[in-house]
Amino acid sequence: MNNSFKKIFNGIWTNNPVLVVLLGFCPVLAVSTTVNNAVGMAFAATFVLVLSNVVISSIRKFIPSKMRIPVFVMVIATFVTIVDLVMYGYFPQLHKSLGVFIPLIVVNCIVFGRAEAFASKNNVFDSFLDGIGMGIGFLLTIVVLATIREVLGNGTFFGLKLFGSSFSPVIVAILPPGAFLTIGLMLGGMNFINIKNREREKIRQKLEKEKSKTQKEVK
Amino acid sequence: MLKLLIIAIDSMLISNIILMKFLGICAYIGVSKKQETAAGMGFAVIFVMVMATLISYLLQIYVLNPLKLEYLQTIVFIFVIAALVQIVEITMKKIAPALFEALGIYLPLITTNCTILGVAILNIQKNYNLMETIVFSLSTGIGYFIAIYLFAGIREKMEWADIPEPFKGPAIGIITAGLMSLAFFGFTGLVKM
Repeated sequence: MNNSFKKIFNGIWTNNPVLVVLLGFCPVLAVSTTVNNAVGMAFAATFVLVLSNVVISSIRKFIPSKMRIPVFVMVIATFVTIVDLVMYGYFPQLHKSLGVFIPLIVVNCIVFGRAEAFASKNNVFDSFLDGIGMGIGFLLTIVVLATIREVLGNGTFFGLKLFGSSFSPVIVAILPPGAFLTIGLMLGGMNFINIKNREREKIRQKLEKEKSKTQKEVK
Repeated sequence: MLKLLIIAIDSMLISNIILMKFLGICAYIGVSKKQETAAGMGFAVIFVMVMATLISYLLQIYVLNPLKLEYLQTIVFIFVIAALVQIVEITMKKIAPALFEALGIYLPLITTNCTILGVAILNIQKNYNLMETIVFSLSTGIGYFIAIYLFAGIREKMEWADIPEPFKGPAIGIITAGLMSLAFFGFTGLVKM
């Protein structure tokens, strides 16, 4: 249990597909103008990610290694077409606002990268967990970004008005430059936390070393 | 003729593919450390973009639409692009080895670059005709080149800057891209679509 939790956590923080591995920026930046779009995009991407991971890992022993890339593309493109058509049928509004970024999940580096780096080498269950973890990591990143942008730029959250009539929105947050600036600051913030953690770890190790040294001297 | 000019200016500057439409950010951040490599990537993108958009346009008009296979668009286009990049790589190696030397390493990167597939799909969605397709894809490619080349120039200068530790590397790069995007907003209203 602990192990599978670790695999999911790997996707959320340690190897967050967007903020650490720096993959799949395009949809994250483009559809994070409202939280609603962001959640829709994240679910579509997670669906493709999990299912393509599962399928690829279950057929990994039958794919000759030279043919693997076309096969991966085929599998991913199939699931993307499914998502595209289902969304068109049941959520036409969302489909319209996500636009070209739904078919572009095919070339999303996250999906492709996980197929190549993880699913083609590991068993089905692990690949499933990896897909879930990466999907949650993607979801959290995009939702945090979209929340900042929507609250600042529009004064709303999920379409609900948050402030009184005297609030004047910071329009730049919702425009393209706002996406770049916000995610840049998020990246910086994440690095800051990681650097602080590393320093703390170093100091702890140093203290432990000194402690064992003094213990030896006492003996 | 005027419409073609408007399309060209619009896709080059006003709705710049990287800074306004957010396509191809991965490669934009990845291969923009030096101006030389940025230029190589830019030329490779222009070249492949025009060919891929043209071929996918012809396929859509003469194969997918008459056979009512529009729902296969995504799958067909990605395969066309992957195959095209391979063919371009092989022929370039034979016919123009000098060009291959310059662009060769960037070609495989382009297959998974979302600009190419994105422009091919956008082009179909916008219902452009043949001439407009060529102008649209060419000027979008040039827009990509402008953005990545300028960005690489800024990043080269930034090597010498004293940046706070957490912002070193990609973080400051993305913030720079944000400022560039803000600057490109100055072009809004240059032409009316």
